[in-house]
Amino acid sequence: MATPGNNGPKSVFNTFNLVAGTIIVIGLIITVIRFYKGIGAVTNLDDNNPWGIWIGFDLLCGVALAAGGYTTSAACYIFGLKRYHSAVRPALLTAFLGYALVVVALLYDLGRPWRLPYPIFYQHGTTSLLFEVGLCVCIYLTVLFIEFTPALFEWLGMKKLRNFVVKGTLALTILGVVLSTLHQSSLGALYTIAPSKLHPLWYSPYMPLYFFVSSIVAGLSMVIFESSISHKKLHRMMDEEYLKHHDSVVLGFGKACSLILFGYFFIKTMGVAYGNNWHYLASGYGVVFLIEMLGFVALPCFLYAVGVRDKNIKLIQRAAVLTVIGIVFNRFNVSMIAFNYQLPSSERYFPTMMEIGISVFIVTVGVVLFRFITTRMPIFFEHPDYKGEH
Amino acid sequence: MLRRTFLGMLGAACVGATTPGKAGAAGHEFKGYPGSKGVLFDETRCIGCRKCEAACNKVNDLPAPEKKFDDLSVLDTKRRTDSKTFTVVNKYEIEGKGSVFRKNQCNHCLEPACASACFVKALTKSPSGAVVYDASVCVGCRYCMVACPFEIPTYEYDEPLTPRVRKCTMCAPRLAEGKLPGCVEACPKEALTFGTRDELIKIARQRIERYPDRYLDHIYGEHEMGGTSWMYISGDPFSKTGLREDLGTKSAPELTAGPLAAVPMVAGLWPVLLGGIYAVSKRKDKVADEERKDAVDNAIAKASAEAEQTLSEALSKADVANKRKIEVEVKKAVEEALSAKDADEENGEESSEEES
Ligand code: SF4
Ligand code: SF4
Repeated sequence: MATPGNNGPKSVFNTFNLVAGTIIVIGLIITVIRFYKGIGAVTNLDDNNPWGIWIGFDLLCGVALAAGGYTTSAACYIFGLKRYHSAVRPALLTAFLGYALVVVALLYDLGRPWRLPYPIFYQHGTTSLLFEVGLCVCIYLTVLFIEFTPALFEWLGMKKLRNFVVKGTLALTILGVVLSTLHQSSLGALYTIAPSKLHPLWYSPYMPLYFFVSSIVAGLSMVIFESSISHKKLHRMMDEEYLKHHDSVVLGFGKACSLILFGYFFIKTMGVAYGNNWHYLASGYGVVFLIEMLGFVALPCFLYAVGVRDKNIKLIQRAAVLTVIGIVFNRFNVSMIAFNYQLPSSERYFPTMMEIGISVFIVTVGVVLFRFITTRMPIFFEHPDYKGEH
Repeated sequence: MLRRTFLGMLGAACVGATTPGKAGAAGHEFKGYPGSKGVLFDETRCIGCRKCEAACNKVNDLPAPEKKFDDLSVLDTKRRTDSKTFTVVNKYEIEGKGSVFRKNQCNHCLEPACASACFVKALTKSPSGAVVYDASVCVGCRYCMVACPFEIPTYEYDEPLTPRVRKCTMCAPRLAEGKLPGCVEACPKEALTFGTRDELIKIARQRIERYPDRYLDHIYGEHEMGGTSWMYISGDPFSKTGLREDLGTKSAPELTAGPLAAVPMVAGLWPVLLGGIYAVSKRKDKVADEERKDAVDNAIAKASAEAEQTLSEALSKADVANKRKIEVEVKKAVEEALSAKDADEENGEESSEEES
């Protein structure tokens, strides 16, 4: 195992850097076209389909999958489950990067991106759920940054500042949970305004609750999923403390996921019953809905349960992958597939290669930053000066 | 308690930050500004001449269309409004009746979904009845377009720096000058009637009463989506002419009132609950610690009592066994000492060799 500071792969021209470099160059080219010629030049968006993959994937999925930050820190600091401590820093870093990139992605989608601060500082549209999303994301991003700074200060050797921030951990964690509850659910609530456009199997007055509950599973599953990748790729940066707790974190999170997925399946079914929408299950959209519910909610719920019973880490990791795909599928359904279902197929939306390119570009930037930071700062290991201090 | 003060402050701040303006949105009924204006469209009178389209194009300074306004062949394909067209007339074939025409434009809802969705208040319902747009604050998020149930707002997607949301303004600038909306003025068949919304509803009722077999008994827009300023009467089901009949009568603010009302509750209640959970888990730790300490103390006490007993037992036994044991031990010690002496001598020789 490497000691902190001795980092990174040897050559600059490894596969990872080459692939990432190419994607980034392509991304930059599309960026230039986007800001030089307008949104219309790079997207398939039109008057019927104002929101495409940049909202459906970058915003909705990005925010849901970055939920590991608040779930993990809440488990550790509020619920007092100390054994999750080693998972907090990676989760917070992911969340911070995730949210920061959500904001970057938004800049592509907004018609006048430089006005992004307007709703917060200039004129408040308080009747809009988007206002709430914007305000919460803005404050939460700040909170995440502060929560992350101890790692930064430890790396820079700024003891006093670091200790100061650490004192506020509990308050920051609670603030983070409040803000997350609000904006995670508001993302679902965004669509409550359009009952005539979203297919009845997905439309429900309970959408805010669905989005909130699924964000918890999304966050926990992402932590499991990510740690399994990091385990392979960044093993050298992990200390014994992290590795010792890793399996118990996975087991604990797996158990929680299984329970929450069960609850989620239940409330989603209640939603269908409440709207008496059973007959739609026999339609084409019904098939999509059933795939989502059975394949990506019920199945991972079951796999998690079995994995936890048998202490089968591999199986839990598979269930996590399935859950993550399921969350993405759900957000795609709400924002694109089941949205505008009333339109004839000729007027429906499908993203251009360039739109997809930007999304891939942004994810790549996130991975590059994650690697850069975790190979330098104390994320997967405790800084030698602050051992066992938490 | 520092923590408690902080939580209190947080709760108060969040509630304070989110309530103003929301109170008005929480599920009340807004019946429109008194005396606000509107337009009634009579489907039975429209002949699809596109004069209204031409007038709209002119008064709003919109770019010239591809095909001239007197070219009626465009009616053969279904069109929607776009950033260069604020109104379109579409032709619908009704079985056993032939062609029916309907004009489409912003309906200027009483509680517009677009305005309630806008997070910078770029769209507002003005007292005149018109829903107007202020491009100087618009961020271009296009949530208004997602929200509008009539698919009206459009966007200048090809404008890199100053894209605007575009839609019919009910000719708000002309209304301010005391003029009629361009389309109303241009209509040769009086298919469009301008007036206060209350008057229009009366007019519509009269027409329906007078010609019951010409009209359906329904004023579209009287209640749809909480009511609109632009309303329709027709002889055919509205869904046949592209107006959705499944929108319901709930206005957009009513639809989102629930989630909005939950905001202060979450902000107020969550910190308290989470603080409580934290306190419980802290307390649990503390109790567990204490219990562990007690248990350890007990165990030690018990163990030392046991140990004392075994010791005294051992001692009394030892008394008997001692004599013999000492003899054996002494013998052993002597033997060991002797053999050690032999070994020492050998070792000493070796080590002195090494040293030299
Ligand atoms: S019809 Fe659409 S654009 Fe016009 S006021 Fe109503 S919601 Fe707004
Ligand atoms: S696009 Fe402009 S007008 Fe429409 S909701 Fe966004 S900020 Fe408001």
